[in-house]
Formats: sequence, structure tokens, C-alpha cells
Amino acid sequence: MAFVVGGLYAAAIYMILRRSIVKLVIGLVLLSNAANLLIFTLADMSRGAPPLVPLGALQPAGAVADPLAQALILTAIVIGFGVLAFAVVLIHRAYEVVGVDDMDKMKDTDT
Amino acid sequence: MPMYSLILRSASHFLLPLLLLFSIFLLLRGHNEPGGGFIGGLVASAAIALYLFSMDVKAARQVLHIDPRELLGWGLTLAVLSGVPAVFWHQPFFTAQWLTLELPALGEVKLSTVLLFDIGVYMVVIGSVLTVLLALADADDARH
Amino acid sequence: MLFAVLSGFLLATVAPWLHRLFGRHSGWALGALPLGLFMYFGSFLPEIQQNGPLVIDYPWVPGLEIRLSFLVDGLSLLFAMLISGIGFFIISYAGRYLESHRDLARFYVLILAFMASMLGLVLSNNLIALFVFWELTSITSYLLIGFNHEDEDARKAALQGLFVTVGGGLALLAGLVMLGMVAGSYELSEILTQGEWLQAHPWYLPIVLLIVLGAFTKSAQVPFHFWLPNAMAAPTPVSAYLHSATMVKAGVYLLARCYPGLGGTQTWLFLLGVFGAITMLTGIVMAVRSTGIKRVLAYSTVMALGTMTMLIGLGTEKAILAAMVFLLAHALYKAALFLLAGVLDHGAGCKDFLQTGGLRRAMPISTLIAALAALSLAGVLPLFGFIAKELLFEATLQAPRWAWLFAFAAWSAAILVVAVAAIVGIRPWYGAPVQTPIPAHEAPPAMLLGPAVLALLGVFFGLFPWVIAYGLLEPAASSVYGQPISLPLALWHGFNLPLLMSVLSLVLGLLVYRYWDQLRAQTALLDQWVRFGPERGYEAAMQAMVRVAHWQTALLQNGYLRYYLMATLLSTVVLLLAALALNASAVQFYFDLSGVMLHEYVILAVLLAATVMAVTTRSRLGAVASLGAVGFGVALIYVLFSAPDVGITQILVETLTVILLVLVLFRLPRFLGLTSTALRVRDALIALTVGGTITLLMLSTISTHYFDSISSYFIENSQPEGYGRNIVNVILVDFRALDTLGEIFVLALAAVGVYAMIKLRADRLKKGES
Repeated sequence: MAFVVGGLYAAAIYMILRRSIVKLVIGLVLLSNAANLLIFTLADMSRGAPPLVPLGALQPAGAVADPLAQALILTAIVIGFGVLAFAVVLIHRAYEVVGVDDMDKMKDTDT
Repeated sequence: MPMYSLILRSASHFLLPLLLLFSIFLLLRGHNEPGGGFIGGLVASAAIALYLFSMDVKAARQVLHIDPRELLGWGLTLAVLSGVPAVFWHQPFFTAQWLTLELPALGEVKLSTVLLFDIGVYMVVIGSVLTVLLALADADDARH
Repeated sequence: MLFAVLSGFLLATVAPWLHRLFGRHSGWALGALPLGLFMYFGSFLPEIQQNGPLVIDYPWVPGLEIRLSFLVDGLSLLFAMLISGIGFFIISYAGRYLESHRDLARFYVLILAFMASMLGLVLSNNLIALFVFWELTSITSYLLIGFNHEDEDARKAALQGLFVTVGGGLALLAGLVMLGMVAGSYELSEILTQGEWLQAHPWYLPIVLLIVLGAFTKSAQVPFHFWLPNAMAAPTPVSAYLHSATMVKAGVYLLARCYPGLGGTQTWLFLLGVFGAITMLTGIVMAVRSTGIKRVLAYSTVMALGTMTMLIGLGTEKAILAAMVFLLAHALYKAALFLLAGVLDHGAGCKDFLQTGGLRRAMPISTLIAALAALSLAGVLPLFGFIAKELLFEATLQAPRWAWLFAFAAWSAAILVVAVAAIVGIRPWYGAPVQTPIPAHEAPPAMLLGPAVLALLGVFFGLFPWVIAYGLLEPAASSVYGQPISLPLALWHGFNLPLLMSVLSLVLGLLVYRYWDQLRAQTALLDQWVRFGPERGYEAAMQAMVRVAHWQTALLQNGYLRYYLMATLLSTVVLLLAALALNASAVQFYFDLSGVMLHEYVILAVLLAATVMAVTTRSRLGAVASLGAVGFGVALIYVLFSAPDVGITQILVETLTVILLVLVLFRLPRFLGLTSTALRVRDALIALTVGGTITLLMLSTISTHYFDSISSYFIENSQPEGYGRNIVNVILVDFRALDTLGEIFVLALAAVGVYAMIKLRADRLKKGES
């Protein structure tokens, strides 16, 4: 698992370091996936033990997966989507205004 | 943007109400089984997105009956308001309040501020996703 | 007391309205406040004389031991009465002097705020409160010096004053905090009783250096003296108030205040005594060298500040008393003279002594006042200045070390002071009448009242020193000295060495005045030397600062996102790896593949493959599709490892993401090969390093638990308290509902932002078309 997360991070960062803004966005998506997985992995992974309390019981039977991490990730995913939408539209607008996809050419604020 | 595929179109006609119902089901059972406001909201928005692709923007807006931005606002309002009742019982903001009703036909029904909050989340999710998608689709239409 | 200190701020907020209400009499109306304060502070005098110092306490930030407490003793009352008393004259004077100035209302606001800050400074018992007021005086004085903000010189002088005093303020803050830490209290009344403990402490030297640095910048001691004469760009009432009686004396106040705790050591004697003496001589030499009316007065103020610093440095009973007497005498005659400088400017248009002469017929009252004030400045027999001068000589003669040196320095300075007094008291008024820029006429009563009263007080206190000595000066000197001082003040001390010095200084001083013009011509060389003085250093330092800022900005803010990222990432990686390497023995890598099942391997492999695909593909559709694959792979992992909610969410979001990207990305250009292969390799290396570090980090932390997870609370209480069996959902909507609320707000904001970006443009397009 650690290798997968590491790989995702590497890929994400490689993409973010590119000059093309589109690639930057792809990098962002990868990065948010990687970060979510990182949290998920660090909070004890267990199979077949969802954090649900059986009907009629007060507490789950036996150990369950960490619900807090899941709650965190769940909101992170949704917010990640919101941010992504914002970023995508922002670069779209920027592209319309500036006419390039190259960040180096967007440096001047007075274009 | 609309893709004029007959199969997709007729399928989405049937799928839309089903998916919307399913999303409400997910929302309501969320407290006990997998589901909840976030998931329900996403399912509903995905359903309308599907409709949007098969028909067009206008149709999608009509299905919704309400501007997604309004949905967004009401959702936020509802979510905030759900925290208010606790204050009247001198409890911290957002302490959950439960009201158990015994209805003759349905048996025991639990109403709670938590449910209100989840509905708020549901509305906000639908509202924001659709605000973005519809705006984009609108812009796309304007272009063609 | 709190109200008394803050009333200046309160009145400042309504001053513009009052100004409009009272019109040209607003100076009198607003002056009522300082006058009332003066009486209020005066009413404390009998009490502290009987019961000793008074501490009035208001809690402010109790957690940080910051209390708004006020210390009322002789010293603070002397200053408070000077500030409020002279404040009254200044404000009523300014009402007339600046009558035609369109920003008079602003002047009232600033001067009242300044007065309140100054009162707070001298009355504060808490070190932090003292510092806050200290900085407030710096800021308000900055605004006052730059009052004529359309004048570049005024702006420059204001900024210079601000930089020097605020720079010193930083040192002061450090010194005060250290003092508070060492003493274990931030209350002056508690600190100052611990003199021996403080002086034996290893931090004593840094504390003294820092506090003295702060005081020196504020009180314009060499080498920070240059800002004071430049600050004369301010309107004359400001100069009279800030640079004679109040602000510049804040440093002197601080030194006097700290004397019981920090003073009396060799370091103290050396620092204050030597620098004070040097400042005294520098100031008076520069004063004789100048011709601008306010400049001469400003430099002679520098001299006075040096004298007081030196006296506090000497630290004998006599020296402390001399410092207090000198302080009062100086405040009286210097404020009067500054106000007269304003009268000269107002009534004759003169800003330079060389433009003046023979004004006594046109301005008889001013001439008289000037003569009285100048006699006090020179220290001539029946005036208060004489007592101050006698005490100064006596104190230096009895100095604990280098007595002759100090006495000689004081005596030489006194000669030139007499010359300055002659320049001020004789030059403009007597001799042949000179054509002045505007026809000379006497000033209105409002402008003469202040200088007249102040000058007459100099005469009165000189003739009857016991009036002021018993009630005010002795308590003040006692609170500085730490023990009761009772030295009778008398005009006549008998025939002794100080008297001889006094007489000689008078004679020599008048000689200097007689040959003033020649003297200035012959010492023109000094100007060359002055140009390389500390002011040059200040300017060089400012320029260097600007250059460093340019260089640093160019280096750090280069505008390339990826270089920022690289710097951030690489430093994180280096720090993390260093931490891992340093604790190598304690780190255990948890590496156990035994439990992994085949289908999980497959998913992970697919995930990695899709990732690689997303990175390397040249087609946009390919990139989006492989992104989708990555997302679904991650979702599968969630589902497999007991997170159904998260899995579902991930799948749905992934779907919507793809839709979104399809809607937008295809309007963007194709991927271009923007970078060379070498750069790609470099970036890939960086990326792999980061990825590898994360992997290592995870392997090393996965098995460690430093503290219990709070999840167990949620797991146990979900059903009993939250009435829900889906723990994740209960956390989201119940236990941590406030967090979720914040998150949906973020989501809503993003949506609104997107909507705005798209719709506003669409509207503009429509408008453009129609």
C-alpha cells in the first residue's frame, strides 16, 4: 500500500511541476487521491469490518475500521471535487483571457 | 452538448426518477446504513447530470424545478438552523435533538435535528454540483 | 485613573466635531481637557506625599500577566503634570497658530491622542502596557511630524523619526520582556524593589543595553540624535510639545524609572554618563553652529537631554535631584522659547536668526518673554534655570568617578548654552531693525499666554523654589532614587566653586555670542565632518535594506510556481529524511506482505498502471480516462477495506469529475512538449524522491501508535448518544457537525465562484454582442 501511495505522490508531483496548467490539474486530482489514501492507510486497514453497529446492539461487535478517518476522507473527497471544479473553471477562464496553456507566459499580471 | 442518442434518452427518462428516489432513500437511511447526505446528494446530482447529457440544459433545469443556487442557499440555511434548537435547551450549538413520534400507520418515526442537518448537506451537495455543471453547460450552449 | 489616561483618546475621536462646533475658539474648548487633567493629577500630590506611591490596577489580559495598572508616584506625577499642563498651552496656542490651516481638526485629533499615549506611558505600572504606550507615542509623533504631509522634507523627517524610535522600541521590548522574566513580574512596582537581584543576574548587561538603547533612540542621544533636529519640519506647536517637553523626555523618564532597579552600577554610570556627556556637548556645539530658529532650539534640546541622561547616569542623590530640577526648568523655558519661535514665524515670517533683528518695538511682549526664558536657559541668578545649573555643577563635581571630566564637560556646555541663550534672547529683538518677510506685528493673546505663563513660572520658581520643591520635585527625585531625598532647594548657595563656574560661563558665553558670526565662519569645516555623521549611516542602512529586499524578492518571488513547489517539497523531504536518519535506530519499518490477497495485488497493480498512464499519455482523453481508472481503483480499495461510505462517495465523485473534465478540458489546447528531456528527468527525480520519502515515512509510522485514537469514543457512543448505527455518518452530522457545516460552506463557495466566473463572462459576451 505504501508503495502505491508513494507512486501516486510521485506522479502527482511530477505533473504539478509541469508548465502546462492542464497537467497541473491532473496532478491535483492525483494528489488528492494520494493524500486520502495516505490517511486511510495510516488509520489501520482492516477487511470486512465496516464501522456499522449491528441492529439492536449498542456497540459494534469486535474491532471495526477507524470511522474518524473515513469521515475525514469522505468530506475531503467532496471538497476536493469542489476545489477541482473551481480550479478547472479558473484555468479555463485564464486560458480564454491569456490564450496560452503555459504558466511561464502567464507571469505578467497585465495581460 | 446534448448527445442525441435515443437509447440514452429513453433510459434516462426511466432512470431519473429511480435514481432520485434512491438518493432520498440513501439520505434517509444514512444514519444507520451506508449512505447519508453527501452520498445521496452525489447520486441525485449524477442522475440529473445524466439527464443533462441525454437531453439538454433547459430540460435539466425543468426537472430540478428550482434554481440550483437557491437549493444551495436553502441547504446552508437548513444546516445552520438545525444547530439552533439546542440553544433553547441551553446546550451547545449543534447538540442533537430527537423527537420520537408514534404514528399509527408507520410505527415509530424518529425526527431529529441531525436529519435536518443531513438534508441540508444533501441540498448543498446537489446545489453546488449542479450550479457548476449547469453553468458550464450553459456556457457551452452559448458557444455553439 | 483609567478614564483620565484614556480621555485624551476619547476626546480625540470627537475632536473634529467639537472643532466645527466651536470654530475659532476650539483651541480653548479642547484645551479644557489637559487643564482638567493637570488639576486631577495635582490632586494626587498630597496623598502620595503622605502614603507613598499608589498603584491602581485594572486587569487586561490576565493570562499573559498584562494588566493595565498605573503607578502614581512623584516621578510619574511630575511628568503627567508637565504633559497635561504644557498640553493645555500647546492646544490653546495651536488653535490660533494653525487657525488658517485646513487640517486643524486633524491636528487636534493627533495631539490629543499623543497626549493620552504620553500620559499612559509615564503612568503605566505594567511593562507591556508601558511599551504599548511607548509605541503609540512613536506612531502619533510620526503623524504629527509629518503633519504637513505635502512637504517631502516633513515626510522624510517623520519617517526617519519613526524608524529610529521604533527601531529602538524593538530593542526596548526585548529588554522589557527579559526584565520581566528575570524579575518574575511585569509590574514596575514589584520589579524595582529587586535591584540587587537584577544586578547580580547574568542577563543584567543585555537588559540594560536593550533598555538603554530604546531610551537613547527616543531621547535622541548620540549617535541617534540626528532625527530630532530634522523633526523640526513639524508645525511649531508640535515641536514645542513633542521635542521640548514630552516625547523626547520619554527616554529620560524610562531611565529615571528604571534607576532603582537597574541603576547605580559601573555599566550604568559608564553608559549613561559618558553618552549623556557626549550628547550634551554635541548638541550644544551643533546648536551654536546653526542659524535656523527651531534648529538652534532643537539642538539645545539635544544638549538638555544629554545632560539629564548624564545626571541619571551619575546616580548620586544630588545628581538625581539635579536631573529633576533640570527637567522642570528645561520644560518651562524650552516650551516657551519654541512657542516664541512660532510667534516669530507667525508675526514676522522669520524662520532663521539671520533674518531677524530689532523686533522689540514691534513685538514688545514677546521680547520680554524671550528675555525671561533666555535668562532661565542661561542660568542667570534669580531664575529657576540658575538653580538647575548650580545643581548640575554640584552634581558633576561630586560624581562617583571622573568628577573633573564631567564637571568640565558640563561647564563647557554651559558656556555655549549661554551663547545660545543670547542668540535666542537678544539677536531677534535688539540691534538694527531688519526687513522681515512679513511686516512684524505682535501675536494674539492666545499665542502669548502660554509662553508668558511658562516664562513667568521660571521666575517664580526661581524666587520661591520651596513651593515646587516640597510638593513635586522631592517626591519625584525620591521615587527615582528609591529613598527619600530631602535637599533644600535654594536660590543662593553661597560663594563656592559652582558659583564661580556659573559666572565664568556667563562671561565666556557672552563672548562667544559677541563673535558668533566669525565663529560660525571659522568652524565651517565642521559641516564637512557632520555630513559623515550618523545620519549618513542611517541613510546607508535604509538603502541597504531596500537593496536586500529587492534581491530577496527577486530570489524568492520569482513567479514560477514550480520553483516554489520545488523549494517547499525538497526542504520537506530533506527535513523528513534527516529526522528519519537521525532516529534510525528507533525507526522500524513495518513490512509484511503475508496478508495481502491476490485480487488486492491486481487492484494495486491496475492503480499504479493507470497512474503511470495518466502521467505519460499525450492525449487528453487518455489522461482523463486513466484518471478515472485511478479514482475507481482507489474506490475499490476503500470498499475492500471496510469503508463503504467512502467508496461510494469516491465512485460518485469520480463520475462527476470525469464529466466536469470532459466539459472543460476539451476546450483547452492539446498537450505540448513544453520542457526539455533534461528538465523532465530532473522533475521526475524530484517527484520520485518525494514519493519515496512518503513511502518510507508510511512504512515507519504504520506500526507506531503514540497515543490512543479518539475514534474509540465515536465507536462506543455512536449508537447510545447519536442514535445512529453508521458511525461515519454519525460523526459527520452529529459529533463533528460544525466541521461538516464548514465543509459544505466551502463547497458552496466553490460553486458560487465557478458560477460567477462563467456567468459574468457570459453576460459580458451578451452585452458585447448586443
